Amino acid sequence: MTRDPRSLGAAQVALIAAALAFIGLFLVLPLIAVFTQALAKGFGPYFAALAAPDALSAIRLTLLVAAISVPLNIVFGIAAAWAIAKFDFPGKSLLVTFIDLPFSVSPVVAGLIYVLLFGAQGWLGPWLMDHGIRIIFAVPGIVLATIFVTFPFVARELIPLMSEQGRDDEEASLSLGASGFQTFIRVTLPNIRWGLLYGVLLCNARAMGEFGAVSVVSGHLRGITNTMPLHVEILYNEYNFVAAFAVASLLALLALVTLVLKSIVEWRFDYQCRSAGH
Amino acid sequence: MIRLDGISKSFGSHAALNGIDLELQDGEFVALLGPSGSGKTTLLRIIAGLAFPDRGTVRFNSEDVTHLKVADRKVGFVFQHYALFKHMSVAENVGFGLSVRRRRERPSKQHIRARSLELLELVQLGGLGERYPAQLSGGQRQRVALARALAVEPQLLLLDEPFGALDAKVRKDLRRWLRQLHEQMGLTTIFVTHDQEEALELADRVVVMDHGVIEQVGTPEQVYMEPATPFVAEFVGETNRLPGGLHVRPHDIEIVPSGGQPVLVDNVFRKGGVWRVEGTLDSGEVVEIDMDASLTPPAGGESILIQPRRSRTFPSNGATA
Repeated sequence: MTRDPRSLGAAQVALIAAALAFIGLFLVLPLIAVFTQALAKGFGPYFAALAAPDALSAIRLTLLVAAISVPLNIVFGIAAAWAIAKFDFPGKSLLVTFIDLPFSVSPVVAGLIYVLLFGAQGWLGPWLMDHGIRIIFAVPGIVLATIFVTFPFVARELIPLMSEQGRDDEEASLSLGASGFQTFIRVTLPNIRWGLLYGVLLCNARAMGEFGAVSVVSGHLRGITNTMPLHVEILYNEYNFVAAFAVASLLALLALVTLVLKSIVEWRFDYQCRSAGH
Repeated sequence: MIRLDGISKSFGSHAALNGIDLELQDGEFVALLGPSGSGKTTLLRIIAGLAFPDRGTVRFNSEDVTHLKVADRKVGFVFQHYALFKHMSVAENVGFGLSVRRRRERPSKQHIRARSLELLELVQLGGLGERYPAQLSGGQRQRVALARALAVEPQLLLLDEPFGALDAKVRKDLRRWLRQLHEQMGLTTIFVTHDQEEALELADRVVVMDHGVIEQVGTPEQVYMEPATPFVAEFVGETNRLPGGLHVRPHDIEIVPSGGQPVLVDNVFRKGGVWRVEGTLDSGEVVEIDMDASLTPPAGGESILIQPRRSRTFPSNGATA
């Protein structure tokens, strides 16, 4: 090849143009549309829509669901990744498959599973009703569905990272007299912190944005069991476009913030990998 | 004193160690020598308490420690790739073992720091305490790993392929230095290596292993001069196999004017202080001969006569001679 690698051939230009056009059409344009629609009638109606009691309660519920499901997923995710990456046990590959299950199952099915289990006609429904516990059409159901859907994010991020790091650092720490807990806090956690943060960001974005599974178990009770994505849909179906897009713009903003943070984490992560002491 | 009795360990269907008996005296410098897959690293990990045998016992000074975890054995372990904590400075790495002690036994922060810097001086890294592992060379990391292991004042120092990842010059310096450190601190040291030269140069005693069993235990002199099995003869030092089951070292072959076995010379080259002559016997075996550098070597294609000065035979079943 004698061609200067910096000059682009016609094929490369065409491919790059196609990719850019695709991104513009399917990603950038809709994002702009969300914000223009939201602000179509100016800032007054925009903020009024966000300050409406139902909108505020949807925001509160979304934050609550994320605040419960993300920490639980951090614990489950670290535990699962730790077990898979650092130990050998029978049924390991089965566990890996199960962790991926939420990715391969439609969120609607995930929601229906919980209705089937905990709903009034479900297996545990009558018992729960006798004891005055409401799961379906209530906050616990929404949290459960969200945890199910977001389960793989943290674990998936950590498994390859922890496998690659091996057990040497932990063994070194143990050989120096540290307890298992000290080893985890002082050696394992710092080693995985960027990967963990990355997983948590993705997990959080999904937890706040999940629609399908939550829609099935929520019951759409305005001001009680509506999360932000559900609230957007209700407003939209009522032809209240400004309000619908105003709430949607918050979710879009969340996505943008996540992207920026993710880029920063990736950059740090990369730096750490490159300077890894081996 | 360390005593191993009947240590066996399998990974699945693969037997990594098979009935290992070994006794080490205090203050000894011992090499576990063998090819990869010989079980030497597994044995080191079992002595450390990082792995546990399926059968057999490990005793430190007649105390049974077989089921004691690594944290309770008071051993210093240096990992093949050092396993330094990359988010901690060099001084923090060295002080780690002291800083994780139970509150009542833990020295003050100032004391830990002072001790870390002292150990860094000892391993000739004074002034590098604030650096991070990524900023050090391979040889420096190795010494940090050593200082970190020594900080907990172990009776027993265990090293897994301590020089494997270093270049030749650094390796040589570090070897000599490790030997000095061992004597200076009065440690018992066991290291794993696949490099026979390293084992012979450094150790008081060499344990040669293959396929999960010990082939021979002896001083470097014994292992080299009186190999107990064909495996040891071939693994430790170079050896020629001549017809009749004779094992002969290249430097134990003489080129004679008459009365020897004929060899056709294939290749001659300078190997350090000697000429290395490579040739083929009539029966097809390849022979390597070392010749005094002051002599004129034969040329390629020439026919010469050779005679072993000193050789060893082993019973054909391969058992101990």
